[in-house]
Amino acid sequence: MACNSGNCQSNCHQNEQVAENDSIPTPTTGSNDGGHQQQQGVCLKCKVSPPISSGSGGGGTGDEARFCADCFRANLFGKFRLAVTSHAMITPSDNVLVAFSGGVASRVALQFVHEMQQRAQKNYEASKDRSLPVFGVGVAFVDESSVCSISKDGVEEAIQEMKSTVSKLAPPVKQFHVVSSASLYSSGSSDEKDRLKKLIGAVDDVTGKDDLLMHLRMWALQKVASENGYTKLVLGLCTSRIACHVIAATVKGQGYSLSADIQYVDARWEVPVVLPLRDCTTQELSILCRIDGLKPSQLVNDLPSGINGLISSFVRLLQEENPSRESTIVRTAGKLTPFHFNRVPEINDSNVPLATIRRQKRYNLKPQESISSESFCPICNSPVIDSNSPSWGSPKTCQFTEFASSCCSSCQFQILPQDQLSMKEFCSLLPERLVARSKPKYNGNLDMLREQIQDCLLSDSDGET
Amino acid sequence: MEEGNTIAKRAGSRLCCLCNERKPALKRPKTLEQICRDCFYNVFEEEIHQVIVGNHLFKAGERVAIGASGGKDSTVLAYVMSELNRRHNYGLDLFLLSVDEGITGYRDDSLETVKRNEVQYGLPLKIVSYKDLYGWTMDEIVKVIGLKNNCTFCGVFRRQALDRGAAYLKVDKLVTGHNADDIAETVLLNILRGDVARLSRCTSITTGEDGPIPRCKPFKYTYEKEIVMYAYFKKLDYFSTECIYSPNAYRGFAREFIKDLERMRPRAIVDIIKSGENFRISTSTKMPEQGTCERCGYISSQKWCKACVLLEGLNRGLPKLGIGRSRFLENSNDNRKEAKRNDGDRSIESKQCGSLDF
Repeated sequence: MACNSGNCQSNCHQNEQVAENDSIPTPTTGSNDGGHQQQQGVCLKCKVSPPISSGSGGGGTGDEARFCADCFRANLFGKFRLAVTSHAMITPSDNVLVAFSGGVASRVALQFVHEMQQRAQKNYEASKDRSLPVFGVGVAFVDESSVCSISKDGVEEAIQEMKSTVSKLAPPVKQFHVVSSASLYSSGSSDEKDRLKKLIGAVDDVTGKDDLLMHLRMWALQKVASENGYTKLVLGLCTSRIACHVIAATVKGQGYSLSADIQYVDARWEVPVVLPLRDCTTQELSILCRIDGLKPSQLVNDLPSGINGLISSFVRLLQEENPSRESTIVRTAGKLTPFHFNRVPEINDSNVPLATIRRQKRYNLKPQESISSESFCPICNSPVIDSNSPSWGSPKTCQFTEFASSCCSSCQFQILPQDQLSMKEFCSLLPERLVARSKPKYNGNLDMLREQIQDCLLSDSDGET
Repeated sequence: MEEGNTIAKRAGSRLCCLCNERKPALKRPKTLEQICRDCFYNVFEEEIHQVIVGNHLFKAGERVAIGASGGKDSTVLAYVMSELNRRHNYGLDLFLLSVDEGITGYRDDSLETVKRNEVQYGLPLKIVSYKDLYGWTMDEIVKVIGLKNNCTFCGVFRRQALDRGAAYLKVDKLVTGHNADDIAETVLLNILRGDVARLSRCTSITTGEDGPIPRCKPFKYTYEKEIVMYAYFKKLDYFSTECIYSPNAYRGFAREFIKDLERMRPRAIVDIIKSGENFRISTSTKMPEQGTCERCGYISSQKWCKACVLLEGLNRGLPKLGIGRSRFLENSNDNRKEAKRNDGDRSIESKQCGSLDF
């Protein structure tokens, strides 16, 4: 099994290189990480076809100089399939929603999910008893044109392109949903787009704006997924973007929740989120798009500003310096302890083959601690380290302070306004479903308990201050 | 892109934020508050005092050595420690401990500064030199091994040198001037290099409690910029040049990034440290087992301590001994762990110096 030399730390490709040199007298520079090879011979894996970059007058580096198109594609698809099967991301009874931004990673995710579905369909048609159903696939695009500086026409055009791309990926047919973050507001309000604009405008911090949009995007995807009966949400989050997220979380004081965001499976959401492309870098995905003619949409945002932009340029700089840096960062962060929700919920469906269930049990992380009740930030849904527990029960606490204190420290700093007055207005601008998440769920119980012990209580206020 | 907006706006009233009496003389790097000099001294010293007291760094009657290089961090540390010791009656016996690596044009100059500090602050000084301890100066080492991996030698030797100096002075603790920027850089570096074990230890304010001499970092939450500001306003005497062998250090990447970050969001430095403290790292992660070096008796997780391994290499004319991933050594098993740490070093530095033969 050939390893992906970009990520592999051992020098196995170098050994293959040595074997290659015996049969083909080509000049090679033989450096350790193989980044400078000028291999003009054949693909390292199949030893038959020419490598990808050989046609373009040589000068290709990295994977393009080592592998032919077929082996490269097979390698990448292999990584995708391994991630999916070992984490039971997609089972026959699932209805999978692919989040599509038009970028390189989500295009590849869509393509691979489609190919997987096609194979399942073929197997289904070929099998005699038709016991294994084929999983369903849908595609969702989040339209942020109301808050981003993209022209209405530009968006319309892009959406049409995406529609046609999705329709070409049939059979099986896939439904295409366009959802706006503004849809998070309760249905019926005609001024949803305005409210959204005001909300984003109320955030002072540039990075906070960016991040709030990102969180709302996820909530919108969750909404469309649960309303349309999807059971899994596939994101095209790849190694490169995860590396940036690792640094971003560290820089924003979110070290505690970092391990929740970077695992293959994230089941704290109503519709579990899975990352099948977690082990692929943006570079690999771009190469694949290029050789397979998968066109990314022009709509993808330019460089993020603020701290997120600083971090992407930093990671890019490190990556140029050492091509395996992104993988190292993700690997390091992967050694942090995940949470109990970072695995696919146990499947109890009888339709799912026993093999899948057994495989899931094998790969599921053993819970290191008993399932503790984590509290989650109402805005970004990250587990909050306990110092911000809201004061329950005391009716005198302002509900807005309660909301603020239930948020994680990063959201408190960069998203929420700093003073009380603006806080009230800000809460009114947030979608109701977000604000509702912060209400302590124990209120009802607490009142009942209080009734029972009322005669022994000495002061008016509760124990928690 | 400043984010202390509300605070900056409030301070437009042209009086110090804290005392509301005097005119502001500076903007505090940590919080961007506009305050006067006296308030700055107060809040600077008070925050350090709170860190010392809140983390129970010292006990009355302890003998404490201050690692003094002559640079701004250690000079300010010596000044503030003696000041707080007096003001709050910590009851500590303070000493200055300095290491002479034998780098001409750098260390010999900074040592002069430390000798002046000895007089200025009235703290007894002890200098330990690589020449005396190991028989090699850094200049000689660099002549043999070149400009790659010299930081490894210096760091390993310095650690032992400080411990030996501390033992000579019979002190109970060692304090170093590592500031918030240093610790934030280290957290980032450990993430970039894949060192989870170090990641879990690097944010501790006290380390080595189970070793020969515990060390603490009272400046853990103090910004480098504020230390410079303090030294500037108090006109403290310090030596301000970088080590002449340091330009290729990988830490430079992290440092650049943090400087840019600080400009955008000053509190990010403390946020990095907070993230580092909160990382969920399993305590069952395999930590190195502690033993003693067979050759010199110093604390070590392998048969020989790293300093002995490196020295052996130098003395036998094998400068690469103990560096990088070694395949042909008797102790190859032991060195693989250290080697992994240096591996990143090697691939980066080999690129920067352009030489592929390692």
